Amino acid sequence: MSAMLLIEQVLNGLQYGVMLFLMAAGLTLVFGVMGLINLAHGALFMVGAFACASVAAATGSFWLGLAASLAAAAAAGAIVELTVIRRLYARDHLDQVLATFALILVFSEGTRWLFGSFPLYLDIPPALAGPVTLPGGIDYPLYRLVLIGIGLAIAGGLFWLIGRTRLGIRIRAGEADREMIAALGVDISRLYTIVFALGAALAGLAGALVGALQSVQVGMGEPVLILAFVVIVIGGIGSIKGALVGAILVGLTDTLGRFLLPVLFGAFMPPSQATTVGAALASMLIYILMAGVLVVRPGGLFGRA
Amino acid sequence: MRREAILNAAIAIALLAVPLAAQAMGEPFVITLATKVAILALAGVGLNIALGLGGMVSLGHAAFFGIGGYAMAVLAAPVQAYEPLMTWPVEVAGTKSMPIIWLAATLAGGLAALAIGALSLRTSGVYFIMITLAFGQMLYYFAISWPAYGGEDGLSIYVRNGFPGLNTLEPLQFFALCYGVLMVALLFSRVLARSRFGLALAGARQNPLRSAALGIRPYSVKLTAFVISGAITGLAGALFADLNRFVSPAMLSWQTSGEIMVFVILGGVARLFGPVAGAALFILLEHWLGGFSEYWKLFLGLALLGIVLFARGGLIGTIAGREVAHD
Repeated sequence: MSAMLLIEQVLNGLQYGVMLFLMAAGLTLVFGVMGLINLAHGALFMVGAFACASVAAATGSFWLGLAASLAAAAAAGAIVELTVIRRLYARDHLDQVLATFALILVFSEGTRWLFGSFPLYLDIPPALAGPVTLPGGIDYPLYRLVLIGIGLAIAGGLFWLIGRTRLGIRIRAGEADREMIAALGVDISRLYTIVFALGAALAGLAGALVGALQSVQVGMGEPVLILAFVVIVIGGIGSIKGALVGAILVGLTDTLGRFLLPVLFGAFMPPSQATTVGAALASMLIYILMAGVLVVRPGGLFGRA
Repeated sequence: MRREAILNAAIAIALLAVPLAAQAMGEPFVITLATKVAILALAGVGLNIALGLGGMVSLGHAAFFGIGGYAMAVLAAPVQAYEPLMTWPVEVAGTKSMPIIWLAATLAGGLAALAIGALSLRTSGVYFIMITLAFGQMLYYFAISWPAYGGEDGLSIYVRNGFPGLNTLEPLQFFALCYGVLMVALLFSRVLARSRFGLALAGARQNPLRSAALGIRPYSVKLTAFVISGAITGLAGALFADLNRFVSPAMLSWQTSGEIMVFVILGGVARLFGPVAGAALFILLEHWLGGFSEYWKLFLGLALLGIVLFARGGLIGTIAGREVAHD
């Protein structure tokens, strides 16, 4: 059983990791380009999930819901950038933390007002429901496999966007020297809005995709947000590559830790105690990983510090 | 500075006068609210030492607040279960005595701050914010998954702990105790800010390179301040647990960290009475907005946004002027 179960857990960890990447990519871009710490990124994740669940429920199509999640999160991101975030770029991190904390309250309670306190449910589209048999005879849910594929494809697309397109050149230039590219005639405030909306759309997409695996409810964004922070601290702030490596590392560590630690402790403890100690330690494992990375490299794996 | 001193005195007197008036009018609930303000303000006084004096934006102070709360539960729970706290290597009994609990909570908060600060202070700026947040979450998940003290459900301590010579079950007496602790902490905070250590800390905040060149290691000074800050917040956690007679992982959650930070910023960062004014305003808003809308946090969020964007310097800064005293 062990090898097959292990492969399954590795795939689960990978799926978790690529979804974390979608969250972390937006955070790290926004921080890298605008120097802004955005606690409200998790709220955009929630907006995407709610948009997808409500549109899918109204039209019966998951794919329309997915399109709605991208549009809603990007629009919410653009509106928030234009009305609030824009005023925070020149402020210190403390003001940014407080203002985006306030935004979380507004988004969470606003959503509760609109949709009520009960969770919504989002079904996996019928075409992707059910398991597939992988080589080696492992049955694995097709939907999770598709999530891994989508996540990796988006990662590839982002690398292409940042590395090969004119927008990407501007984003990188904005990270390096914002006065200079403003002087070269790039409309910097429009660039900022685009980057923020792009990050928001990625978060919204992640929310919609993950929403089909769990329930869609108020407050679902914050745990993911904090894990995304861990990811970009491990990867190095501002680095897309770091976000990808960090996300997969965190996804695998968390999933495998929860699976393996109780087994490991079971080797020299009574089973009930092993489960308790293993589960408690597993819930702390990614933070221990983060502390370890910081001791060796305070700027993260791919950071510039 | 004169205006700020008058304002501080007014806040201190108001916080004392409100529960006394409530007692006279037979409104014990108001006394409980005032006690909550005093305790949360104490947590804010702790954070203000790191945030205001040391410039360390910690979004993980719920860790120390929660550890203080759990320190209370760990000591008091064995007493209500008629069991010893530990039997090996020596038998130790639990306690319901507040001074001992306070000492334990302060030490536990300080030790946790030492461990978290030693790692987190290797970084600065936005990394520091995220890392303190992440360590806070780590303890939160640990508290949820560790069943010995109630896990996710938390743990009730049915009878409030005692203080020699006082009846802590009496709301006004418990308030007086919390108020006294808050005043001592404020006095300590003021003495600290004006001491040689406080000046070294201000130097490390304003210009770490220059302070290193003068022979003061910014890392050590900041870590010491972070430990003091965590210890005071831990003490506040023990009092808060005693107020509610209940501890749960919610005390460790990152929303708690955010709220403690909101008290400090709402009142005014680095202002001596900032946390008191902030906590009072927060509890008032919570109580008042909560009265007419179930979704009061929406309005709280909008109010906070308005304050950050348009009223910099917080409540005390807005009333007493922007200038922060440098003496």
